[in-house]
Amino acid sequence: MSLKRIDLLICCGSGCVSAGAMKIKERFHEVLQEKNLANEINIIETGCMGPCDYGPVMVIYPEGIFYKKVTEDDVEEIVNEHFIKGRPVTRLMLHNDEEQTFSTKKEVPFYQKQVKVALANCGFIDPDSIDEYIATSGYEALGTVLTTMTPQDVIHVIRKSGLRGRGGGGFPTHIKWQMVHDNVADEKYVICNGDEGDPGAFMDRSLLEGDPHRILEGMMIAAYAIGATAGFFYIRAEYPLAIKRIRHAIAQAKEMGLMGDNVFGSKFCFDAEVRTGAGAFVCGEETALIHSIEGGRGNPSPKPPYPALQGLWGKPTIVNNVETFGNIPTIFLKGADWFASMGTETSKGTKVFALTGDIRNTGLVEVPMGITLRELIFDVGGGMTGGHKFKAVQLGGPSGGCLTVEHLDVHVDYESLKERGAMMGSGGVIVMNDKNCMVNIAKFFMDFCVDESCGKCSPCRIGLKQMLDILEKITNGNGKEGDIEELQRLGEAISKLSLCGLGQSAPNPVLSTIRYFREEYEAHIRDKSCGTKVCLDLMHFDIDKDRCIGCSLCARKCPVTCITGSREEKYTIHQLDCVKCGNCQDVCPVKAVNRIPGMHPEVLAKHTAEANLTSHHDD
Amino acid sequence: MKTLADLKKIREKAQEEMKLRGSSVRVKIVVGMGTSGIAMGAREVMKTFLEEISNRNLTDVLVTQTGEKGLSSMEPVVDVIEDGKPKVTYGNMNPDKVKKVVVEHIVNGRIVSDYVVATGN
Amino acid sequence: MIKGEGMTLEICKKYAPNKDNLIQILHEIQDTHPQHYISPEAVDTVAEYLHVPANHIYGVLTFYTMYSTTPRGKNIIRLCESPPCYIKGSENILRKLKIILGVQTGETSRDGQFTLELCACLGVCGNAPVMMINDDVYGDLTEEKVEEIIEKIRRER
Repeated sequence: MSLKRIDLLICCGSGCVSAGAMKIKERFHEVLQEKNLANEINIIETGCMGPCDYGPVMVIYPEGIFYKKVTEDDVEEIVNEHFIKGRPVTRLMLHNDEEQTFSTKKEVPFYQKQVKVALANCGFIDPDSIDEYIATSGYEALGTVLTTMTPQDVIHVIRKSGLRGRGGGGFPTHIKWQMVHDNVADEKYVICNGDEGDPGAFMDRSLLEGDPHRILEGMMIAAYAIGATAGFFYIRAEYPLAIKRIRHAIAQAKEMGLMGDNVFGSKFCFDAEVRTGAGAFVCGEETALIHSIEGGRGNPSPKPPYPALQGLWGKPTIVNNVETFGNIPTIFLKGADWFASMGTETSKGTKVFALTGDIRNTGLVEVPMGITLRELIFDVGGGMTGGHKFKAVQLGGPSGGCLTVEHLDVHVDYESLKERGAMMGSGGVIVMNDKNCMVNIAKFFMDFCVDESCGKCSPCRIGLKQMLDILEKITNGNGKEGDIEELQRLGEAISKLSLCGLGQSAPNPVLSTIRYFREEYEAHIRDKSCGTKVCLDLMHFDIDKDRCIGCSLCARKCPVTCITGSREEKYTIHQLDCVKCGNCQDVCPVKAVNRIPGMHPEVLAKHTAEANLTSHHDD
Repeated sequence: MKTLADLKKIREKAQEEMKLRGSSVRVKIVVGMGTSGIAMGAREVMKTFLEEISNRNLTDVLVTQTGEKGLSSMEPVVDVIEDGKPKVTYGNMNPDKVKKVVVEHIVNGRIVSDYVVATGN
Repeated sequence: MIKGEGMTLEICKKYAPNKDNLIQILHEIQDTHPQHYISPEAVDTVAEYLHVPANHIYGVLTFYTMYSTTPRGKNIIRLCESPPCYIKGSENILRKLKIILGVQTGETSRDGQFTLELCACLGVCGNAPVMMINDDVYGDLTEEKVEEIIEKIRRER
């Protein structure tokens, strides 16, 4: 007999878990046990609800009350007040700057412009329960497809929907499927690419963790369409929870007869297994991924032949991204026309984005294609943190580019972004405020790509390292005229000549920052000055004598004893010895220590003298 | 599982388990669970509603709770809210009265006027 | 024989002797070894079991960043060094970890408890800066929080 009156949904996505969600869940179990309420309240672990910045978050049904930043100490109050007395705890609800309270999930502004297709169940169902997935019409699409449609019909529906690959390139899904469908072979494979490596992207992880059956169902529909009987989930080893959840989902589906031989009484037989990576970004590239599944180094190979012709073990193979599979069941349930009614002319449906960086609502969102960057960052994302100004947004991770204030009204679709030097990529959106140095950011992404280059082709292996060296020189004060042009020349050559997507797109962050923030590069090179005071060699610390109270704290905390002075004379930094650790600024009680852009004149003079000396030697 | 009909069966059962999160609710019963309500036996009232509804397998009825309504003298207070009908508020409830409300009002749609303390909003 | 070495063959036998199981086998050997690494002896055993040359296995081991061919600490700390974490101050966290553990990146603390490593994105960017200790993710890190976490693990040993 069920006496349940409350469903308590605790977000157990990695974000909330990292913020302590599991401990809170344990505490709820304890308190409910103590108060004898365990049989009235369902505690359900869900996947990512999206607003990671508010984590740990929870939603309490039937009312749909939304609590954020819950701690272990809040649990007792929630039980006593909300569960026993029916008075939701206002303190834990979301408030905005105008003291407005958003009590239920529906009211929370973060969710308002979102349209959830792939993420529909994330944060709403228990990902470990196949029953809950079925309750949301799960596996009905598969059943309908298998009992009423031919493989070619399936591909027609996908074509009509306009679905394009969500992993980055935006290749039309139906074309891939059609190619493999048309290739005759004794064995074909379907692979789910869950090797999400882009810094700033975590939608695939959240989907695999939050709604694994949806991805599995999408994969099986694809398998039926192309004639595959085996599938592989390739998931990076950094995602242990996603691996566990998908393995569990496969076991449940098998047990229920939704996977295996003659699914839904049809001729369709299918088996899937999970393979993990071991820490290599390049394995997100489909040929590299295939080599990794085969048990080798994840080196990409030249295309053609495409995997659609010769993929895993030389057999025709489709490789689709997690989110792509996540859209498929819904396309069959609600129809291709419904899906195609969302988005723009060339980019249909919705896209999941991961909002990170200096933005208020970091987290996972799903919005219709064609939304403007302004809506995405300021309406859904809640704008910038700490009253800072928006400076740039990096889309598409290390393969993408930076866009600026002038692009805020650009519509987010594959073509519009590409035209402007950025790309959809997997959907990572890193928002940056005016405290970020764009040269430094470009250097950071380049460093990432140099680390992750597999080393197989020389443009990527050697060329990227050259670009990184130049960027390092620019940021440590050794940049020279012509460096910008050299970076552009190298970047364009590497884009054209590299073997795989990693090398082809790695120069993008540098090229796009040069395009939109050229004056910052010039200031670094000509004026030896970093306007944002991020590049330590191109800024200095200075003590404001009018403010200094002569307390000597800075001098005592300086690791290289380069600060001297007295109570009367105040304190001075000896610039030539300063190591820019910033301790003096941190400890100053009256904020007399300032960061000043540019090299200090003394340092600059020494630097120039040394530079002249080496150039004479060179002669 | 071999057919879509099999799947449908599992789905219906699973949806029943998840109805607290769903929107297919015909009647919502809201028990006032403020301090005074609880002091007057609101917990027993709530429990009886849950039991009766579960026993009768009423899948479209939801029992939930709210805080103090200010009707201290009539606690425990219960609202019965049906789509498109004015809200009915019952006062001075106890487990026996709950059973009658479930049979008469919830199942058969006849308001038990003896216990009603207010209607409408 | 160091404890754990004898496990190698047993672990291999859980998998069919096909080359494509190599990556999974190596993961399990490394995870079960108390020093979280893959020894030359283990490589030989796996090579024989899968009928692949040892040089292929070394090729794989050195390609993927998660494998180690040298002994490591009991707990592997992997601090995310990706841009979202960097923007949110991962450099300070790294500095703090180095001080607490008395190690540089890639080194193991003297008590053999911790190895400090950096890694590409952990995919928990909404809660940056983030680190992973073994299979557990810790987010929204501050210098104080890092200290607490390390202290707690030290106490639990």
